[in-house]
Amino acid sequence: MAKMNMLHAINSALDITMAEHPQACIFGEDVGYFGGVFRATSGLQEKYGKHRVFNTPLTEQGILGFANGLAAFGAPALAEIQFADYIFPAFDQIVNESAKFRYRSGNEFNVGNLTIRTPYGGGIAGGLYHSQSPEAYFAHTPGLKVIVPRNPYQAKGLLRAAIKDDNPVLFFEPKRLYRASIGEVPEEDYTIELGKAEVVQQGTDVTLLAWGAQMEIIEDAAKQASEQGISCEVIDLRSILPWDVEAIAKSVTKTGRLIVSHEAPITNGFGAEIAATIGQECFLHLESPIMRVCGLDTPYPLALEKEYVPDALKVLAAIKQSMDF
Amino acid sequence: MSNPNNVSLNINHKLEFIDGNALTIPTLSILTEDGEIHTGATAPDISKHTAIKLYETMRFIRLLDERMQGAQRQGRISFYMQCLGEEAAVTASAAALDQNDMIMAQYREQAALHYRGFTLDQFMNQMFSNELDLGKGRQMPIHYGSKALNYMTISSPLGTQIPQATGYAYGQKIKHIDAKTGELASTIDNITICYFGEGAASEGDFHAGVNMAAVHQAPVIFFARNNGYAISTPADEQFKGDGIASRGVGYGIKTIRVDGTDALAVYAATKKAREIAVSTGEPILIESIAYRLGAHSTSDDPSGYRSKDEEANHQVCPIDKFRKWLIKQDWLNEADDVKAKESIREEILAALKRAEVVAKPALEELISDVYDTPIPSLQRQYEQLKAHIKLHPDAYPVTAGRIK
Ligand SMILES: Cc1ncc(C[n+]2csc(CCOP(=O)(O)OP(=O)(O)O)c2C)c(N)n1
Repeated sequence: MAKMNMLHAINSALDITMAEHPQACIFGEDVGYFGGVFRATSGLQEKYGKHRVFNTPLTEQGILGFANGLAAFGAPALAEIQFADYIFPAFDQIVNESAKFRYRSGNEFNVGNLTIRTPYGGGIAGGLYHSQSPEAYFAHTPGLKVIVPRNPYQAKGLLRAAIKDDNPVLFFEPKRLYRASIGEVPEEDYTIELGKAEVVQQGTDVTLLAWGAQMEIIEDAAKQASEQGISCEVIDLRSILPWDVEAIAKSVTKTGRLIVSHEAPITNGFGAEIAATIGQECFLHLESPIMRVCGLDTPYPLALEKEYVPDALKVLAAIKQSMDF
Repeated sequence: MSNPNNVSLNINHKLEFIDGNALTIPTLSILTEDGEIHTGATAPDISKHTAIKLYETMRFIRLLDERMQGAQRQGRISFYMQCLGEEAAVTASAAALDQNDMIMAQYREQAALHYRGFTLDQFMNQMFSNELDLGKGRQMPIHYGSKALNYMTISSPLGTQIPQATGYAYGQKIKHIDAKTGELASTIDNITICYFGEGAASEGDFHAGVNMAAVHQAPVIFFARNNGYAISTPADEQFKGDGIASRGVGYGIKTIRVDGTDALAVYAATKKAREIAVSTGEPILIESIAYRLGAHSTSDDPSGYRSKDEEANHQVCPIDKFRKWLIKQDWLNEADDVKAKESIREEILAALKRAEVVAKPALEELISDVYDTPIPSLQRQYEQLKAHIKLHPDAYPVTAGRIK
């Protein structure tokens, strides 16, 4: 075990992958010698050479088109999009191509070797173009997997699983936590199964569900709630597509209450899908309506970020409302 | 052989490839480093008034950049971007335009905006995201915009302004179509200039925008600022052809490359480009060559990807070059210049202090402008948020005190 921040953990997962597969390639804007604007790929070009770790021209559409081709050839394609806000020029390549390669060709061809890493989320005074959480757009696309880690240990294990998974995977990294979140991480290889949620804290009164950077917020709210005698079960969804209906349903069957929290706008956010499914699965066990504490239906603001974000206080208010229903 | 399109077929009986670098486009240079006119070059026709305003703009932006870079280091603003080394490229191109021409910039063109009349306080209010910011405190510092000054508000996603500039310019052209004949009735009164970096020119939007302009003949000047780097990526990892200029030719539009540290060359080229655009409706591509002297932004550290030696080899100051020429023209006096700098520094500091204490935008601004009027769901979310803040005023000090 070693103490690592999330960037080190990601770097370690990439390093293992590069050593394991001689054709694995890491590419994206500034990822080469400089190691990416957040330095997640630091040192890898020195280690594996310019043919396998390289800067691309500034074109996300190009990066993902290239990645689809490379993955179709059979090489692990580890593409970085500098900010999730800039993934949209590549939307067509991801949604129409990566996601449908296997289906449309009857599995004559597929891009299972593709992994797309990208920093997402707010809390860094980034305003509307450096703060978005676009996971729901991709979760609407059959053929993709969508993963969001909450800490360094999770990041390494989930990223390794994403890379090994034989489907195109989008890996959203909470940039606010890149350096802020530090923890024990094994230096050797390990994986965390995709598609599984993790119960982070057991509780009996209400289930709190989030992913990525929002986990810190609901954990904080759970702590404040426990001081008021409310016992929260805290769950990290980890995998948005596919998502662990069973684990959430099991928890809600026990607690009778569910609060889902995400940074992205509430309307058609992934919380909506969860609420609809759990509403059906657990209808007879629910003590109060499923609640969502999310971003407003506006672009992500700068000056009024504090007002906009679903903070612990808002989650706590929802917990009380749910308990008092 | 029949010709399928407008390509002229020049039949050859030898197997021959044209080299990818066969097109070598020259670079217009008028001023020497000593502020002289190169032998064989002709200084453009520029009035004393314009030349002085151009100079004062560059000088102001240099001082503003210095101060705000420092303010970011002190934690007073969250982010900043300088245009160090590119002041002449941006300012002289803007000076060659009409005040009513539209500017669609990338983010490093504050000098063009200041040339148009954006005030020191307006710059500060945007950077401090206060309630006087025209953009209502929504975007990161340096994302300026002003309708009154025909300067389209900056958007962070790179390259998106390029096809938009083509569309805007097309609008400027069809305003002059004769309703009866469908013909262009007169020369076009205003055009659009679109700035972007050599990095952004790799985006699909660049290719889409320039091709659309060529095919539909939109009066837009594409101004590529080739400053050698896109964050850490050097130009030789960005493209392999002869710069961005060769692509202009490839798309079938008139093109020129200029020394971007030479205010007179940039002014002359842009002035001429504008003349062509207004009289014919054609697009033009100008590639300006300069070196990004500073970091990409305050979030960047160039020592991680380029050497001190390399930086030292590129120390051309476009402002000095132009100053020397102005002094030779007897249009500028050194002592006055030094004195002016001192007073501008003081004004900048005073404006910074003023903007810093202006209140942040009111809570309503969170939901305004998402639509023309807030849709019902948004209005409901706002009422809920207001009630929540009223219950917990201490947690939201920026807005709580002003909620009605
Ligand atoms: C679509 C998109 N991708 C990535 C970014 C992140 N980014 C911001 S500036 C920049 C480099 C731009 O370089 P260039 O266009 O050459 O302009 P310069 O900074 O040199 O003036 C990058 C990659 C972005 N803003 N938008």
